[in-house]
Amino acid sequence: MPLIELKNVVGGYGGAPILNGVNIAIEQSDIGVIVGPNGAGKSTTLKAIFGLLKVTEGSIVFGGEEIQNSLPDKLVPKGLSFVPQEKNVFTSMSVEENLEMGAFTRTDDFRPTMEWVYEMFPVLREKRRQPAGELSGGQRQMVAMGRALMSQPKLLLLDEPSAGLSPRYVLEIFEQIVKVNKAGVGILMVEQNARQALAFASRGFVLATGKNRFTGTGPELIADPEVAKSFLGG
Amino acid sequence: MNELIFFFNNVIVAGVVLGSIYAVGAIGVTLIFGILRFAHFAHGDMMTMGAFIAFLLMLAFQAMGISVPFLPTGFLVLPIAMVITAIIALGLDKGFYAPLRRRGARPVTLLIASIGVTLIIQGLIRLFFGSGTWNFFETEPKQLIRIPVPLEGVTRTINFTQPQLLMVICTVVAVLALHFFLTRSRLGKAMRAMADNADLAQVSGINTKLVVRVTWIIAGSLAAMAGTMLALDVQLKPDLAFNIVLPIFAAAIVGGLGQSYGAIAGGFLIGFAETAAIFNWSVLLRPISGALPFEVPATLAVVPTEYKLTVAFVILVVVLLWRPTGIFKGAQT
Repeated sequence: MPLIELKNVVGGYGGAPILNGVNIAIEQSDIGVIVGPNGAGKSTTLKAIFGLLKVTEGSIVFGGEEIQNSLPDKLVPKGLSFVPQEKNVFTSMSVEENLEMGAFTRTDDFRPTMEWVYEMFPVLREKRRQPAGELSGGQRQMVAMGRALMSQPKLLLLDEPSAGLSPRYVLEIFEQIVKVNKAGVGILMVEQNARQALAFASRGFVLATGKNRFTGTGPELIADPEVAKSFLGG
Repeated sequence: MNELIFFFNNVIVAGVVLGSIYAVGAIGVTLIFGILRFAHFAHGDMMTMGAFIAFLLMLAFQAMGISVPFLPTGFLVLPIAMVITAIIALGLDKGFYAPLRRRGARPVTLLIASIGVTLIIQGLIRLFFGSGTWNFFETEPKQLIRIPVPLEGVTRTINFTQPQLLMVICTVVAVLALHFFLTRSRLGKAMRAMADNADLAQVSGINTKLVVRVTWIIAGSLAAMAGTMLALDVQLKPDLAFNIVLPIFAAAIVGGLGQSYGAIAGGFLIGFAETAAIFNWSVLLRPISGALPFEVPATLAVVPTEYKLTVAFVILVVVLLWRPTGIFKGAQT
């Protein structure tokens, strides 16, 4: 049984649905990447999983349990974490306080997890007393991921982690994501840098107009001439 | 020297007292704005309500003969009044604001609703107490503390009342408690997180409903404290704090909306500015009148006492021109 499975998910913000039947299934060992043109419903899919918009049809099963339309404070303790694309750090709070907020739902001692996050992103340890708002774009992205990892998720949802970063940092962030995945956290992310992201994806999903157009492993999708022509710019 | 002590008593002492009241009131306004993003206009009336609750408790304590030496009963009952007002604040949120938030009401709708709450609270108070004034020190003496200044030729003493001293101590304790709550406790940090970025706080799994409840508890109890302090310093009447809700908002805005430390700074800034503006500066000029090229008028104040309120607005305008989001960088709607 996959860690998370979306079956024919239909949903939106009340008006016409934005998602018209999305199917996604990934294991905890997977890095899943959702690509597609603007307005295809990529970010909306992540928000639907995280209960931030209404799912009207279909189901989302996570760890054997239906979770559609549950709110984040119920989902985080179940092992789901979300890194939004923008405004994903508490700018007025220190790096360490940002991480602490990620552990809000935990009642046990979260210091070992914080230690683990600092080992994964050593630069955060150096800057732990600094307000997150003073950090560079790449470092903020690490704070955001670190915050999401503090709840010890089984699955991490990332909304365009490379958005707004310089090419050098894009590669670095992707390397960090692979590292997080190797540490046993399933990844489901949305990416604009489709070719680069699919290159290390074990599951790739090409969405258009709110439904799946192509599904396969990352390399399969890159090799598919039709995908390449319509979605990867030739 | 005597003139300087007169200045100290009328500007510094009075400014500290007024600043404390404004600061404690403004913290509540700024916290509610930071978490719920609306201007809680009924905050002044929550203060008045807290003061009346304290007054009733004081009468009950006196009737039962409960008292502590050297401590005015008004201060003795203050913690209980704070708890009761916090519970009422939670009820106000549940009854009036929470249903509107659930329907996605805009901040201006909540502001209008809070004006409605203002009218309800004031109406209820007038219904039970009439529109007259009441005094916390009807049966107890208000002790005056005089500190002589050991300098030659000085006849004036530094004067303040015992309640004034106690309310400054209460303010310091409240501010320190709030500081440790916001910087050390998990829930306090979650409050700052929600004021910083409410969407991200929700996504992080922070129980935002709990944070909202804690906000009302803190705002309600501080309102009771500020209102009771004001009533202890002057007297109790149904529009006690309604009259100072504008300077309190000015203090919160000057400090940067959503910034607790800004509200404290703004409260004291406006408190001192008001007392300095109504001070008769002729008193200080008279001893050096011989050296001045003009004649010292009998009264020389920036504004007459009855126009005290304008001071808050002048400061508000000047600060916002200089820093549009307040002294500490505040939130915007």
